[in-house]
Amino acid sequence: MSKRLLLIRTIVVLTAVLGVNYVAWRWLHSVHWAAWWIAVPLVIAETYSLIDSLLFGLAMWRLKERDDPPPAPPDRTVDVFIATYNEPIELVMATARAAQAIRYPHETWILDDGNRPEMRAAAEEAGIGWITRSADWANMPRHAKAGNLNNALLQTEGEFLLILDADQVPLPEILDRTLGFFEDEQMALVQTPQWFVNVPDDDPLGSQAPLFYGPIQQGKDGWNAAFFCGSNAVIRREALMQLGVSRYAGEVEVGVQRALKTAGTVIAEAREQLDPDDERVIRALDQIEYDLGRAKRELARGVALFDVTYKFQKRVAAIRRDLVEADLTALQADLAVIAELEEMTGEPGSGLATLNPVALEQMAQRDWSPLGAVETVQALVEAVDVDRAGEAQPIMPLATISVTEDMATCMRLHGLGWKSAYHDEVLAHGLAPEDLPTMLTQRLRWAQGTVQVMFRENPLVQRRLTWAQRLMYFGTMWSYLSGFAAIVYIAAPVAYLTMGILPVQALSTDFFVRLVPFLIINQLLFFVVAAGRPTWRGQQYSLALFPVWIKSFTSAFGNVFLGRDLDFAVTRKTGALDEGPRWDLIKPQLIAMAALTAGVVVGLVRLAVGQAAAFGTLFNIVWVVFDLAIFSVIIRAALYRGFNPGVSPETPHGGASS
Amino acid sequence: MIEIDVFRRPDGVAVVVPQGRLNMVAARQMKDLLAILLEEGSSRIVVDLDRTTFLDSSGLGALIGGLKGARQAGGDLRIARPTPEVLTVFQLTNMDKVLRPRDDVESAFDA
Repeated sequence: MSKRLLLIRTIVVLTAVLGVNYVAWRWLHSVHWAAWWIAVPLVIAETYSLIDSLLFGLAMWRLKERDDPPPAPPDRTVDVFIATYNEPIELVMATARAAQAIRYPHETWILDDGNRPEMRAAAEEAGIGWITRSADWANMPRHAKAGNLNNALLQTEGEFLLILDADQVPLPEILDRTLGFFEDEQMALVQTPQWFVNVPDDDPLGSQAPLFYGPIQQGKDGWNAAFFCGSNAVIRREALMQLGVSRYAGEVEVGVQRALKTAGTVIAEAREQLDPDDERVIRALDQIEYDLGRAKRELARGVALFDVTYKFQKRVAAIRRDLVEADLTALQADLAVIAELEEMTGEPGSGLATLNPVALEQMAQRDWSPLGAVETVQALVEAVDVDRAGEAQPIMPLATISVTEDMATCMRLHGLGWKSAYHDEVLAHGLAPEDLPTMLTQRLRWAQGTVQVMFRENPLVQRRLTWAQRLMYFGTMWSYLSGFAAIVYIAAPVAYLTMGILPVQALSTDFFVRLVPFLIINQLLFFVVAAGRPTWRGQQYSLALFPVWIKSFTSAFGNVFLGRDLDFAVTRKTGALDEGPRWDLIKPQLIAMAALTAGVVVGLVRLAVGQAAAFGTLFNIVWVVFDLAIFSVIIRAALYRGFNPGVSPETPHGGASS
Repeated sequence: MIEIDVFRRPDGVAVVVPQGRLNMVAARQMKDLLAILLEEGSSRIVVDLDRTTFLDSSGLGALIGGLKGARQAGGDLRIARPTPEVLTVFQLTNMDKVLRPRDDVESAFDA
């Protein structure tokens, strides 16, 4: 073990011991229950922060600083994908030309989701491949970038894929520096940092993520959980395709089971409304019910799914043919519903397995004409059968359950037993948002995507992941809950300064002797882990963007559980950039800062008139000053007028230059 | 380039015999071939894997694409005689649970 890792582990243990000691004492001996409305939220927020810190410590425990990559083997085939939707042609072409100039032999493709003739012309002129959605995607859910990549996967054939966003300009050595890792046959993915050239040294928008693209990814890497971050990553095609095929097999199975179950209900309903004299129809329903039962039994026995559905469909089709004359009038009304059923399976964002059980239930409750029932049973089984109606392609390797396809895809790859690696060398130069509104939208998207994955495929219950992998994924999701904790950390000092209400029983020696060492060791951990990388900006933004984090939870909750659009209640970007600072977008932060400042004023007045204790007031003022220092970054962000190219950016962290 | 033989049995079933490596390089050729068969009206297809030395997930994906088309046309796609190595790919992806390989080509469409 290196000296550095030994030091880190020592500090991690100390952090855990001191943190647990402090928070346990808080719960058991120091909660001021009489002021429960602030005391309980505070102790919960502190517990939240402790867990956050423990999860961080767990990642750091196995910090993996990989050596130089093994040399890239010759003769591998590589496709370089540049995903674009509406970025300016020149920007895409700059990236594409740099991609063309990558030294390792490869083919370059522009994945133009905007299907723009001028993009195509520019690509062709430069001798670069141009791919847009195939005809299969007409009237199908498009699944944004995940769909764009899934489409391109089936139109290319390289063993490896380098994925680039349109504004990530690759360096010529990017493949030479990453392909070597794939000599390990289990390696599915190598992620490299995202680093931005259009960011001044003081990074007012917090665009660089030196702690994430560094120790955090290296820590996850130690547990074989390095994340895929959507760009600047190389992926093994076989891993993605295997994921796509196995997801397909799994979802078809779940979908057919569910459809057969509903089919039984549909028949029972139809039977109830049958005219007892209509023997022909009764016989038909009997037959279908018999076949349905047999299909279910065969599935339970382990007969291959496609054999069961094939036989069942043929039987139902035959019965239906016999019955066609039996009832023509009532059929008309049912046809509309059947069409509706087919539409339902095409609902965007839903795989087969997520076919809405409530909607299926409603289908079953409807009044059916007998022939209609037969038709519906058949439609149901067809809708969830092998052809995966409602999706453009049966095979969808990149996950479509989230607006950020990368994290979910990576988690599923780990679930299949594949490995990932994080290589800490800047191999692409990106462009970051240069104004507050764009930055806020981008952060909201990332947070929403992460929370969507947590709600839809909670890593804690993914049985095929190791426990450490589950915690690595969960840790990232957990960190987005900081928005709720931030509110408490603002309210607590304000409550004391304005009303004299103390959420702890006393600001005693007992309190400080437990809290202060924990805070210090926690900061020391950051300091040692960062090894000179700036961390303050990141710490600021993790609290200062609290309204964004909260909104990501509420909107993702509405999307996953209430079926709302993700943009429900999201502030739209309005007006041009030159309108001046967008104070309206950071109103919650401004209100928080005003409350904190007012707290200090009131606290000082209360102290002057003898209503408050000097020590308590001083302690809370220090707390407020810390809060204000955190929040000050958002003012700078609002005032930021974009990057001035006259100032050259700092040397990228890590990599060849270090 | 992989070599893929195709012949039609008197009962109308099309038999497709990929010889060699059915991998990511050959997947598109396979996909296109199956699409042509379907266009020509052969919706019952048997893919004989006896002489397929290697299959990867892309190749399997091409077969699934053909299966989708065959089912939509009212027919089916069956696979027959995979080697143990090729069968492993089915097992890795759980495809063996949904698509049962047949022991021989002649009876692939029986029962």
